[in-house]
Amino acid sequence: MKNLSAKIALAPTALVALVVFVGCIAWTVGLSFTGSRSIPEFSFVGFEQYVALFGSPRWLVSLRNMAIFGIGFVGGCLVLGYLLAIFIDQKVRAESALRTIFLYPYALSYIVTGFAWQWFLNPQLGLQKFMQDLGWTDFTFRLLIDRNLAIYTIVAAAIWHGAGLVMALVLAGLRGIDEDIWKAINIEGIPKWRAYLSIILPMLGPSFATCILLLAFGVIRNYDLVVAMTGGGPGSATEVPAKFVMDYLFERQNVGLASAGATILILTVVAVAAPIWYARHWQTRRAASASKG
Amino acid sequence: MSEQVLPLAASTAHHDGPRPATFSWERAGIYAFLLVAALFFLLPIYTMVSTSLKTMAEVRATNVLMPPLAPTIEAWGAAWSQACTGLDCGGVQVGFLNSLKIVVPVVVLSILVGALNGYVLSFWRFRGANLVFTVLMFGAFIPLQMVLYPLVRLWSSLGLYGSLPGLIAVHVIFGLPVVTLMYRNFYAGLPIEIFKAARVDGAGFWRIFWSIFVPMSAPITIVVVIWQTTGAWNDYILGLTFGGRENAPMTVQLNNIIASQTGERQFNVEMAATMLTAMVPLLVYMVSGRWFVRGITAGAVKG
Repeated sequence: MKNLSAKIALAPTALVALVVFVGCIAWTVGLSFTGSRSIPEFSFVGFEQYVALFGSPRWLVSLRNMAIFGIGFVGGCLVLGYLLAIFIDQKVRAESALRTIFLYPYALSYIVTGFAWQWFLNPQLGLQKFMQDLGWTDFTFRLLIDRNLAIYTIVAAAIWHGAGLVMALVLAGLRGIDEDIWKAINIEGIPKWRAYLSIILPMLGPSFATCILLLAFGVIRNYDLVVAMTGGGPGSATEVPAKFVMDYLFERQNVGLASAGATILILTVVAVAAPIWYARHWQTRRAASASKG
Repeated sequence: MSEQVLPLAASTAHHDGPRPATFSWERAGIYAFLLVAALFFLLPIYTMVSTSLKTMAEVRATNVLMPPLAPTIEAWGAAWSQACTGLDCGGVQVGFLNSLKIVVPVVVLSILVGALNGYVLSFWRFRGANLVFTVLMFGAFIPLQMVLYPLVRLWSSLGLYGSLPGLIAVHVIFGLPVVTLMYRNFYAGLPIEIFKAARVDGAGFWRIFWSIFVPMSAPITIVVVIWQTTGAWNDYILGLTFGGRENAPMTVQLNNIIASQTGERQFNVEMAATMLTAMVPLLVYMVSGRWFVRGITAGAVKG
């Protein structure tokens, strides 16, 4: 048989890919149409779990939080990361120290990030106490324990964790921009901020697409950060879909409902990934044909 | 990660280049922004370090932004060897050892399997290989929750659930898409003539791999080591689900320690435990420098 060794070498990976990435997904989708509680049952219940899911206030709060988190986190990382990259690109001193400072949170786990921010915002311990010690005794900073605001502290912590990633990727993109473009901008007398906004930004499209892709998956996977920072509380104010699925799988013993939630999650992934993937594919092809022509 | 010495605005005055040679408000603004940003990024970690170096009496008396008056590493010692998870009071060293036992085999196995996959996918094209690659790339996008429950069932029927080998296997599997992609892209960037010449000389599949491509793989292997070490060390969800009590990694143990505190909370010990958990990835980050960024970029270029 031709290429036998190569086929044998790839066989374990092929098996794993088939069983885990295809089989297990099919299994989860299948479970979402059953009435499974703590163990899998094969009682077909149609879309009942989905009806229950979207009738559950906790799931709806989770979805709302994912939307807030998604927009705040991705938007915040892109804006702050782009700003950091632009400012670092002004031939500043201590560039490498600054880059190190901006990117190091990305090396930390979400668990560590969550605790660090929880303490930083803790009323008895952190900022609030500092301001009160300074003599500003009325200062209250109860973000973490305010039902309506707690989700934004998670957004802030996540931006702290991820903005450096955007900075690193965009800075690489900025360094790849042709000097002639900058010469042209100078000759035309276009203000710098204007150039960064309407000339350079569109040229960084591919870098930003990569960032958005990476950050978007962080949004859907967001679980550990919430566990460490708020545990979903106060009440259920900071619940997110990934945590909903985990809780119903392992603590609340409702596998059918959890599987329905997981299926919605993967549909979200497809909905986010497909257009970005398509845009990048299209861009690469256009670039390839342009360089040929 | 203590305070970095940041340049003052005026100190740029003697730079060369197209910038003004004297103080300018624009440069001052640039440095002001960068300084504030650096503070934002450093404050949470400064909070933890300074608090972990205080005694509880001092923690109560002051606030987190005050530097410790009489720094002591007492809390670090307590966190390392005495901190409790419920009734177990072995400190985070238990989790540290567990994490080591998980991460080292995960990194080694990921390299072996990933390099082999990359080699096959770059040079030994056969029918079906592309399909495997496509499914694998799809795997990179899957939220873990999507496959967690079936995998738990599968692992228990195989007797792997809650065991160290089972946890290692899960890590290797979920790391496989990105690691394979890294090696594939690396090998695809090498001149194909190397491969063709070896074939003409009559070398077979394994010989070409071991004698030619493995020795050339050092640069990408460094990237993979960094990527997988930080990734596996920082994992929480896999360790929680597949580790069981015996093999709980450091992140899971840290969460248990902090969640199971009763009575007056020992903030200094908790923060020391958190810093200890962050130590390995931080160290990897500090030592690896530009390789870390290269890893992100290599892992990011999916599809």
